[in-house]
Amino acid sequence: MDRRLQSDGRVTFRRSLNHVLHGLFLLATSVGVIVLIVLLVDVWRQGWHWISWDFFNNFASRIAENAGIKAAFWGSLWMIGVTAPLTFIIGVATAIYLEEYAKKNWLNRFIQLNISNLAGVPSIVFGILGLTLFVREWGLGRSVLAGSLTMTLLVLPIVIVASREAIASVPASLRQASFAMGATRWQTIQNVVLPYSLPGILTGTILALSRAIGETAPLIMIGAVTFVAFTPGNVLDTFTVLPIQIYSWISQPQAVFAELAAAGIIVLLAVLLTMNAVAIYLRNKFQRKDG
Amino acid sequence: MSQAAVKAGSRFKKKRTWRNHVESMIPKLLFICAFVSVLTTVGIVFTLFTETAAFFQAVSFKEFFTETQWTALFSGDQQKFGILPLLSGTLLVTVGAAVVAVPIGLASAIYLSEYAPIKVRKVVKPVLEVLAGIPTIVYGFFALTFVTPLLREFIPGLGIFNALSASIVVGIMIIPMIASLSEDAMSAVPRSMRDAAYAMGSTRLEVALKVVVPAALSGIVASFVLGLSRAIGETMIVTIAAGSTPILTFDPTATIQTMTAYMVQAALGDNTYTSVSYKSIYAVGMSLFLLTLIMNMLARFISRRFKEDY
Repeated sequence: MDRRLQSDGRVTFRRSLNHVLHGLFLLATSVGVIVLIVLLVDVWRQGWHWISWDFFNNFASRIAENAGIKAAFWGSLWMIGVTAPLTFIIGVATAIYLEEYAKKNWLNRFIQLNISNLAGVPSIVFGILGLTLFVREWGLGRSVLAGSLTMTLLVLPIVIVASREAIASVPASLRQASFAMGATRWQTIQNVVLPYSLPGILTGTILALSRAIGETAPLIMIGAVTFVAFTPGNVLDTFTVLPIQIYSWISQPQAVFAELAAAGIIVLLAVLLTMNAVAIYLRNKFQRKDG
Repeated sequence: MSQAAVKAGSRFKKKRTWRNHVESMIPKLLFICAFVSVLTTVGIVFTLFTETAAFFQAVSFKEFFTETQWTALFSGDQQKFGILPLLSGTLLVTVGAAVVAVPIGLASAIYLSEYAPIKVRKVVKPVLEVLAGIPTIVYGFFALTFVTPLLREFIPGLGIFNALSASIVVGIMIIPMIASLSEDAMSAVPRSMRDAAYAMGSTRLEVALKVVVPAALSGIVASFVLGLSRAIGETMIVTIAAGSTPILTFDPTATIQTMTAYMVQAALGDNTYTSVSYKSIYAVGMSLFLLTLIMNMLARFISRRFKEDY
């Protein structure tokens, strides 16, 4: 009798411990969700009343009332416009090579190891590379092109990893069917593998580009300037981007500039969320076509 | 060999057509693209190494590693190049971030993989993905305009720039990474191991803590190391919220400067390409690169070496 009571007590204790920790685990998980909500509300509350047509149409200014993001917004667009095709072509080509052609030798193992190491290199180190190689050695100056090349190298590992996953998920039977029809390897890749894996590749590319839009440190390193009063006309023009404009507003002591920074952040987050939505839309659309 | 066989052989021999020419060119073109990433690494190592070597011609190893003051941007003979203050600042933020991110990240991973109903998972995982995709400049703004004022309610003497606020927000930034990598490791634990423990009368908590977590430990530890490596290399949050005063301290309420924050400060200034202070960016960058490289290799080693075979 005594022993049974004891063991009942032990079971009850174990069960209630389970319940208590279930609650704690749930609480810990909700920290992320809560922080995200608080962050969005805080930024919106501080910045929404600055969002206006003038905010998009004015250049940076020392006077808060006249300040806007025209140069930064267009600078970001230019930078992404050059980065997107570069990362897509190099990233997908690398992924095709590693998945479809690479033999299992030391060189290809080294390339793979190298890509996963690059993914862990801090972004500011890519900024140093961009500054030394593109800005100084190649003489590109603090231009859109130098910034885009730096960003390309930075986000390339993301595109490669996502594209490899997408290509590896193409069923072997599809490739075999293509080969059986007499198609060559490249014809198979072109007509079977790539169309099938395109949704995954595009999703990875868009996510990589949204990372590039939000990056600040590497562009500060290469010297993208904070005070620009024109939009870039070609890839060799100097430029600034949204995150750098936001950073320079945050660095100002007056409270009104914090509100401008918040307004800039609203625009930046709106762009990023739109890109995520596009990624999801593309993925769904292509998946439906396949099904 | 009969004449027919020779004829048949020649019939199936690859002709030198344009198509075949293209086929043999394509792997070479693709290889060149794949080689870009190798060239990137070579470029990083080469640039860091040459400029760091130039830096050490002006500053001795001994000064760099033992001097307790970092005044690289001062003028002339007031310059001192001891990396210890920057290193202590970086470690302070990293340890602070770990205190925030490791328990919360692990608890989230346990919840998502062992407790959460499918409906909750479907909502929480994308939210964590959004959290992981938020630019660090936004986190920096959040640290400065929300977290620091909040902390100052509780710690009256806290300065506007402090290591505490920065490390809390860096910790929040790496929660999604630790949670998602740990959850991947835990999801890989086979169902049969859980079922066996349940059959013995274990509660969900016991299954999670005594079966799943030990079985996935290598992946979980690797996720911690990777997360901390991210914290070391994080730049904008610490630049905005932690301050720009390199001091050798382990007081979390102090204003400090990390390695990355120094690099931003130096890059924003007007240094001529030949000055020692300009080259010091590379020396600090090299230290940062080596530190994160070691941690990333350690994470890979842990997840390989201690991987359980199910």
